[in-house]
Amino acid sequence: MATQLRLMFKSTAVRLSAVYILLFALCAAFLVFYVTALSERLLTQQTREALKQEVADVQRAYNGNGMNGLLRSLERRARQPGAGLYILASPSGEILAGNVASIEPGIIDKEGWTRLPFRYDPYNEAAGNNRPHLATAHIFFLDNGLRVVIGRDLGDPDRFRALVRRALMVALAIMGGGAVIIWFFIGRNALKRIDRMSAASKKIMAGDLSERLPVVGSGDEFDRLSGSLNAMLDRIEKLNEGLRQVSDNIAHDLKTPLTRLRNKAADALAGHEGGDRRAALEGIISESDQLIRTFNALLMISRVEAGSIAAEMQEIDISAIAADSAELYEPVAEEAGLVLEMDIAPDLKVKGNRELVGQALSNLIDNAIKYAEGVATDPALKVSLRREAAGVVLSIADHGPGVPEARREDVLKRFVRLDESRTKPGTGLGLSLVAAVMDLHGGKLELDATDTKSAQPGLTVRMVFPVEKA
Amino acid sequence: MTQTDMTQATVNDPGCAERTADAMVPHMKILVIEDDLDAAAYMIKAFREAGISADHASDGESGLFMGSENSYDAMIVDRMLPRRDGLSVIAELRKRGVNTPVLILSALGQVDDRVTGLRAGGDDYLPKPYAFSELLARIEVLARRKGTPEQDMVYRVGDLELDRLSHEVRRAGKEVLLQPREYRLLEYLMKNAGQVVTRTMLLENVWDYHFDPQTNVIDVHVSRLRSKIEIDAEKPLLKTIRGAGYMIKDDG
Repeated sequence: MATQLRLMFKSTAVRLSAVYILLFALCAAFLVFYVTALSERLLTQQTREALKQEVADVQRAYNGNGMNGLLRSLERRARQPGAGLYILASPSGEILAGNVASIEPGIIDKEGWTRLPFRYDPYNEAAGNNRPHLATAHIFFLDNGLRVVIGRDLGDPDRFRALVRRALMVALAIMGGGAVIIWFFIGRNALKRIDRMSAASKKIMAGDLSERLPVVGSGDEFDRLSGSLNAMLDRIEKLNEGLRQVSDNIAHDLKTPLTRLRNKAADALAGHEGGDRRAALEGIISESDQLIRTFNALLMISRVEAGSIAAEMQEIDISAIAADSAELYEPVAEEAGLVLEMDIAPDLKVKGNRELVGQALSNLIDNAIKYAEGVATDPALKVSLRREAAGVVLSIADHGPGVPEARREDVLKRFVRLDESRTKPGTGLGLSLVAAVMDLHGGKLELDATDTKSAQPGLTVRMVFPVEKA
Repeated sequence: MTQTDMTQATVNDPGCAERTADAMVPHMKILVIEDDLDAAAYMIKAFREAGISADHASDGESGLFMGSENSYDAMIVDRMLPRRDGLSVIAELRKRGVNTPVLILSALGQVDDRVTGLRAGGDDYLPKPYAFSELLARIEVLARRKGTPEQDMVYRVGDLELDRLSHEVRRAGKEVLLQPREYRLLEYLMKNAGQVVTRTMLLENVWDYHFDPQTNVIDVHVSRLRSKIEIDAEKPLLKTIRGAGYMIKDDG
């Protein structure tokens, strides 16, 4: 029970409600007392007005007709329904006439208003119901020493207390209702949503990455929170999906070279000393090198994608990088029967990582040479660097078979190669790395046809680097 | 396993054997600080077969102790080590005035790691996985660096001459005209004459690119250079070492 209670108090809804109830109670108590005090004052004032009037009337009667007039006036007033207190008393406190049996002693000793309500017993009350009554009165002395008390009954003090109690009960009832409503709105609506969100996140934690946090559509703080968390989940799911696909691809793409490796090792074992064995062992080395290459490329892409290299970003001379890479590959292109042309604007700078940009560009030139070799309609292979409206654009254009428009997104993925037979050497990771590098640099990678009119459209890859506005 | 096969295959390569037997290679002693005992054992065995004796330390503290107490021609330091990480071992060695060339091995292995590694006082950097031939070539170049007079103004291999002041190259007394990059390629090869330099080493030192070229780009540059400097195809100075890289050497 105690733990349950403690648990309940862990809920923000309950805590908030308790605070609200306390605040409400304080307000209500203040209100009740304030209103009571105010109305009491108003009542006293009204009573005194009326009494003043009566006192004046009675005094007029005494002044006109002496003792007789006074007594008649008192008599007449006492007879009226709901009459007040009318007393004629001797200076010693003895009641000579009037409709009251007794009053608190000492009341009549002072002329003027009684300061506090005083007790009295009505005269002809039914027997048994002799509860004392409270009254307020105005007292004046006659010239013969007798005292006249004209007052008003203030009612049963218990009744008044009952009234206050009822007011308090009503206030408490309203407060209780208010608390329930508040709890409903905060607890039921708002906090329930938090509960739903935590339930959804638990599901996600349990591995269901397709689960999403509820969005009501009201656009409030909760919806916005859910929205951004959902966007995060989308990204995670995409990455996860990518990862899964990559694992599949790795498994698939590494199985083949590993099998070949194994077969070559078996050949080496079976082969005779000399030529056969040597060839098999050399094959094993080159297969292993290829595997290492694949792993390195994968590692590199992961590191670039994780953005951990971002710290090494600085202003780099992209013109020099373009020229260096082009020069590095120029003889390779020539050997492949292609002509590497350069159109490089001098002294262009971008913010980036020299090695990554260099490697990305090398990958692209390498690809262009690989795929244009022997099949290009035009041996020209152009590396150009220009300042454009979109930024600094480094592009490599070839006249090879190109990439069909529908597959341009695909080829950026890891291990995706258009050449299904995989006769060309390569890891299928080159473009993925370029894409990751461009992502890291906040740039864009655009694939396009070089010449749409030609039978062979060719491929133009544009690396668009953002330029900081001066 | 792959590593092992590769190691064996490379070490058994006649190219390596040839170098091992070479009287030009003096007895070399290195220190391997590596916590992976299997990897260390293979490495030490392979180095021994290549004519290099290797001591082994399996954690950072003992590596630091051995490195500062004994004299080595080169050290191989793994980046992630128990008791003291590799970079701090190197930094401490440098602080104690030990200037032995250090090659850093790292499983993390990419651009920024290399930069931090070299900044900490390393001389070369090799990411795992690597081919043993690559490690061997780099260690030999590093260890040799200690004794190589950098101030040699003319490099000579057989009748091939490279003048580092005038940037002139002569073969058998006849001037050979080279492109600037070809000149730097030849300069690096001749600076390390008699030693294997790998393709990645060439790419790093001649082009300042630190990645693995996917294709034969270096081979093409080397063959261009060859066509300019070689005169006797039967007895080439610039040799291809299969499974490893290149070496310039006069067989006399």
